[in-house]
Amino acid sequence: MLHIKCPHCGMRSQNEFSYGGDATVKRPELNKEVTDQEWDNFVYNRVSPRGKHLELWQHLSGCRQWIKVERDTATHEIFRTYKANEEIA
Amino acid sequence: MQKYSIFSLVKNALTGHQNWDLAWKDPNPKEEYDVVIIGGGGHGLATAYYLAKEHQITKVAIIEKGWIGGGNVGRNTTIIRSNYMHDENGLFSEFGMDLWRKMSQDLNYNVMFSPRGIINLAHSDAQMNAYARRGNSMRLNGIDAVLLNREEVKELIPMADFSDNVRFPIFGGLMQPSAGTARHDAVAWGYARQADSMGVDIIQNCEVTGFDVSAGKIKGIRTSRGNIKAKKVGLCVAGSTNILAEKLNMTLPIETHLLQACVSEPVKPVLDKVVTFGAGHFYISQSDKGEMVMGGDLDGYNSYAQRGNLPTLQHVLTEGIAMMPFLSKLKMLRTWGGIMDMSMDGSPIIDKTHIDGLYLNCGWCYGGFKATPASGWTFAHTIAQDRVHELNAGYSLNRFSTGHLIDEKGLGTKTWIS
Repeated sequence: MLHIKCPHCGMRSQNEFSYGGDATVKRPELNKEVTDQEWDNFVYNRVSPRGKHLELWQHLSGCRQWIKVERDTATHEIFRTYKANEEIA
Repeated sequence: MQKYSIFSLVKNALTGHQNWDLAWKDPNPKEEYDVVIIGGGGHGLATAYYLAKEHQITKVAIIEKGWIGGGNVGRNTTIIRSNYMHDENGLFSEFGMDLWRKMSQDLNYNVMFSPRGIINLAHSDAQMNAYARRGNSMRLNGIDAVLLNREEVKELIPMADFSDNVRFPIFGGLMQPSAGTARHDAVAWGYARQADSMGVDIIQNCEVTGFDVSAGKIKGIRTSRGNIKAKKVGLCVAGSTNILAEKLNMTLPIETHLLQACVSEPVKPVLDKVVTFGAGHFYISQSDKGEMVMGGDLDGYNSYAQRGNLPTLQHVLTEGIAMMPFLSKLKMLRTWGGIMDMSMDGSPIIDKTHIDGLYLNCGWCYGGFKATPASGWTFAHTIAQDRVHELNAGYSLNRFSTGHLIDEKGLGTKTWIS
């Protein structure tokens, strides 16, 4: 079982969270011409790396906040967790 | 090639089984091939077989990082079906059903195809209506479908929970009588043996480290056992598709996820159908050895680890016990995981790419095993003729940008997110 450290609540079991996918995907900016390719990349295309992956989780059965988790997709090791609005260096 | 038969079995039994031919060779990679298939799983082996058999292209290599059949073709729950509503999926899968029926004869290898039927259970009136619609769509495409009421289901699977106080009562179900199971390892080995006998080089323990592309055309691949020139290259690597795509600077509508399966201890024959739970995601059949073979949801997060986590297993088996309470008395024998190439609409991709001579076969989600023969057949056609066959025309790579999704479940994108 994964143990995820919610930045708001502390270490909790995976059972309390739901997964939200790749956190590096950015929605095309508003009020700008957006090409089909840009929409395509936003909606469908994913890098899905083997190794370090920054991803969204929601602490659904806890504080209900969305958080970011840096996790290894090959070993399942969790390196760091961030608040959703936290800048990541 | 030595033909397998009752006579060869008797002959070899009398000589202590010392004189069987090797089923396939272990060659070193040659300098150049007409076609290189990356991935020695079911789909890759089938592709090589149909390239040789249907298109007489035999200067072919299969490049496999591990050993053939060590990935998803040996990790699935062996279910074979074509109970799809959409034309693209239905016609493709039904073409595959025909290949399954002939496979043991065709490959001279017993794949133990067992058309025992699959029942999708319904737990509400609305679900019965949806199944009636799906069943009718299937029959329009020439696929057998029977809508069962509660009593008819009870007749077929009396061990399911038909009591009055269950959370998800069984209203009925949709059955495809011609669906079934097969011995998955035998499928890989049967294709490998025939492909090898027609001149295909099966190269194991050989990892692809890069591609040689110049002027928009594929020239060859780089591997841990040296560079190999190739006129055409086909990618058939399921959960590792994104890793190779990255080496080609391609980003695909695919995420790699983890799917678990498990078997119980063997018990006496109790279930002679494949059954799926309609109020969740759980499927079950009984193997010839007597084990209950079960599977269900993905673990739910991106993963390349071929091993799972207990919360998902517990969730899946809770559904199983809700459907068939006797399962709670069984001991678990084995659990394991495989990595799935989950496409964004839940349907696969078999297509050309923007690189001349590079072909893509991926996105099989939960349903790769049953597609093995049809996938190999159409992928071989796509590679040999350099154009898609009408059976895989819908499985295009650009359907996501043009909006022609094949959304079988009607769930939109990322169908696996719960």
